[in-house]
Amino acid sequence: MIRFGTIAAFALAATIGSAHAAEPLGYDEARHLLVRTGFGAADADVRAYAPLTRAQAADRLLAAARTTAITPPPPSALDTAPLRPPRGDASAAERKAFVQQQIREGLELRGWWAQEMLVTPSPLTERMTLFWHNHFVSSQQKVRVARLMYRQNALLREHALGEFGTLLHAAAKDPAMVIYLDGAQNRRGSPNENFAREVMELFTLGEGHYGEQDIKEAARAFTGWSVDRESGTFMFRRGLHDDGVKTVLGRSGRLDGDAVLDILLARPETAPFIVTKLWREFVSPDPDPGEVARIAVAFRASNYRIKVALRELLMSDAFYAAGNRGTLVKSPIELTVGTLRTLGLAPAQALPFAVAATGMGQNLMSPPNVKGWPGGEAWINTNTLLARKQFLERLARSDDAPTAMSTAMLRTPDAGDVRAPPRQAVQPNGVDTDADKLRLQRFVQAMDRGVRNLHFDAAAFVAQFPGATPTDKAAAAQRLLLPLPAVTPLPDDADASTLVRATLLDATFQLK
Amino acid sequence: MAGAPFTRSRRGFLQSAAALAASTAIGGAQLAFAGAPDGAGYRRLLVLVELKGGNDGLNTLIPYTDAAYYALRPKLAIARDKVVQLTDRAGLHPSLEPLAGFWQARQLALLQGVGYPRPNLSHFRSIEIWDTASKSDEYLQDGWLTRTFVQAPVPSAFAADGVIIGSSELGPLAGGGTRAIALADTDQFLRRSKLARAESARGNKALAHILKTEADVVQAAAHLDGRYEFRTEFPTNGFGNAIKTAARVIANRAGVAAVRVTLNGFDTHGNQPATQARLLGDLAQGIAALKSALDELDRWNDTLVLTYAEFGRRPKENLSNGTDHGTANVHFALGGRVAGGVYGAAPELGQLSSDGNPGYALDFRGVYATVLDQWWGVDSRNALGGRFAPVPFLKA
Repeated sequence: MIRFGTIAAFALAATIGSAHAAEPLGYDEARHLLVRTGFGAADADVRAYAPLTRAQAADRLLAAARTTAITPPPPSALDTAPLRPPRGDASAAERKAFVQQQIREGLELRGWWAQEMLVTPSPLTERMTLFWHNHFVSSQQKVRVARLMYRQNALLREHALGEFGTLLHAAAKDPAMVIYLDGAQNRRGSPNENFAREVMELFTLGEGHYGEQDIKEAARAFTGWSVDRESGTFMFRRGLHDDGVKTVLGRSGRLDGDAVLDILLARPETAPFIVTKLWREFVSPDPDPGEVARIAVAFRASNYRIKVALRELLMSDAFYAAGNRGTLVKSPIELTVGTLRTLGLAPAQALPFAVAATGMGQNLMSPPNVKGWPGGEAWINTNTLLARKQFLERLARSDDAPTAMSTAMLRTPDAGDVRAPPRQAVQPNGVDTDADKLRLQRFVQAMDRGVRNLHFDAAAFVAQFPGATPTDKAAAAQRLLLPLPAVTPLPDDADASTLVRATLLDATFQLK
Repeated sequence: MAGAPFTRSRRGFLQSAAALAASTAIGGAQLAFAGAPDGAGYRRLLVLVELKGGNDGLNTLIPYTDAAYYALRPKLAIARDKVVQLTDRAGLHPSLEPLAGFWQARQLALLQGVGYPRPNLSHFRSIEIWDTASKSDEYLQDGWLTRTFVQAPVPSAFAADGVIIGSSELGPLAGGGTRAIALADTDQFLRRSKLARAESARGNKALAHILKTEADVVQAAAHLDGRYEFRTEFPTNGFGNAIKTAARVIANRAGVAAVRVTLNGFDTHGNQPATQARLLGDLAQGIAALKSALDELDRWNDTLVLTYAEFGRRPKENLSNGTDHGTANVHFALGGRVAGGVYGAAPELGQLSSDGNPGYALDFRGVYATVLDQWWGVDSRNALGGRFAPVPFLKA
């Protein structure tokens, strides 16, 4: 049945695909492609892609993929001096100083990444880096050391559009990951199962494709994978490794961690699991099993080249299907960074926008748990929807109240966790939270001065669109801003400022 | 005990049914108990407290006379002289000392060994099972409260069906058809709610969800007043703030049927003692503050506080000074109408399964059945996918 469906899907794609393959995308399809693979889309970029065919457009996007960021990282992220985290006998003051330094560095890091998202010539690279951040999850809330989060981020970017197998092996040995999933505590004789469970459930096979015994055996194989305390680099502690015979998913031997990862990559469930997740990220909330199976076969056969899977997805009829337009919910960082990119705004500081995303439920570098942000409709509840609307309201009014946004964000209690590490990390070390709050307040006020340079000129924005009359120009602007017709029709005589504000606050603006 | 939960539960069910003189099996009679068809039963409030990450129940309610406990936990065991002794066999973690008063007032029920057959040890799958009240191998979309409120609607005059505080995950209120409000704090919610508008929906699922969320905001904002000032002093930590927000929501004249607050961080694979001590302290102080606030409102007798979590943790400690994912767990029920005491059965540490976990004594759906059949007086069968014997922890 599946095989028949796959063949049928092929045949269907061949007929319909041929009808579209040679045609230019046009404005709406080009917009759809760029918004779905980036952070919003500026009018000029949409026009540049409109004349391309589906294949040309997909190939151009994939060819532009980067393996490094163009924004220089904060110096603290590149620091290679010994880490020297406080030891058990450290004083409260030493612990406090260390924690505060990591908070500061963590904030710099979020600002750096948001900045890269704002300016990168390859938004797809950052979207895929974020995708893998939400797949191979680690959180600074547990890892604590900001520079390890930076190194992991650089690793995810390096392989973001490379080979999944290589990425899996590298991510498994990444120090932030080892710390996050308790690798350092996984020792011969008493294995810690945390990583072994998540690598099967969340990174490769998906739930239901392994047994509890497989987890126990795999955990033994990963024993000894640890992190050097001072350099913060991966370290194999042979003395802690269990080199006995293990059986994982029916394969036996003196398996080590790499061998277990290879067993997982050899399983047929892994490719469909990843393709399904990519489908939900880029195509629609409801993956088509036949198409997923087809693309998974190509993905696996290519030795898990991520570009192969993405190219198939971005060329598929489902990707462009009218019924799939506007069916995905923008993530908070897509909403903040994407709106700035779409409106052509270049803030002096990107960090306030990462902080704003935190208030909407997405704190970069700190996903809520190892499963990552659930995404989709779960992004929207009464609390987060109001945070989104407030952000957009402030942005639309940034021409008359440029400082209001950052002031409001300072007051956002949800943003608490971006400004302070988790209490389990802080409290036992005796950090004075009031003093922290003051320091952070000063910090955010300093950022605020940067945000004042942000002026959105609604009239100039609307004037750039083609059209003989203001009404035509307004319609063209909405065509760029919204994936679907607005739910609330505009008043006929709306001026540019009213138009943009109403469009940003329309429910459809939350969608892509 | 895990081997024969049915026998035990069945007996408990019959007893409680007799005590109520309104068996849940008799459809018409139960409506007369609390839940009039107009949803009047929802004037009784449910406060769910999620101990997210899987609280270690064995160091929460401690079998301080059991040598097996001390043998399994050479490093993590709580010394006998530190335990807040409640019975001649079990006592609370020292951080839970503020709950001792509830025990003495017989308003604290200890639900031991709450779990389900064929337990899943994944955080995400297991909390999904709890939130949707599904079988271990059954995948449901809607939360158990959602199904309840769809079948037996909360009065439309209520500000909302349920309020989720401090979490973006709706858990038992997930899915369509209910008015579930998520908020961080009431002032902020009201300030921002001016930006939401009720608009007409279209075919798109994601869009429909956004439009409905907007409508919920409008309705809730019309009813909620977040300014109530309590004399109670709330703990100045995250959980204390959540409790304060919950109390302010409850203070409104327009009711809500259920409130869910979340306490994060119980996934203690490593360095458990300090983390759990702090979290349990937050929990106990938060609950004590909630009672004090609800006493001010004269609502404590109409309130049932219930803790839950995806699972408990393994009895044998690991080498990281922590514990790994386990199965059955202990939970608390508190309130003015709670019949204090011990229910279920403590884990039999001498009879752990091959993976080192205990069996369960109480099915969590039986605990839910108590809420539905006995607290609210709504029929639990549809919401729970079958008939589960309530656990008789409410006063008749």
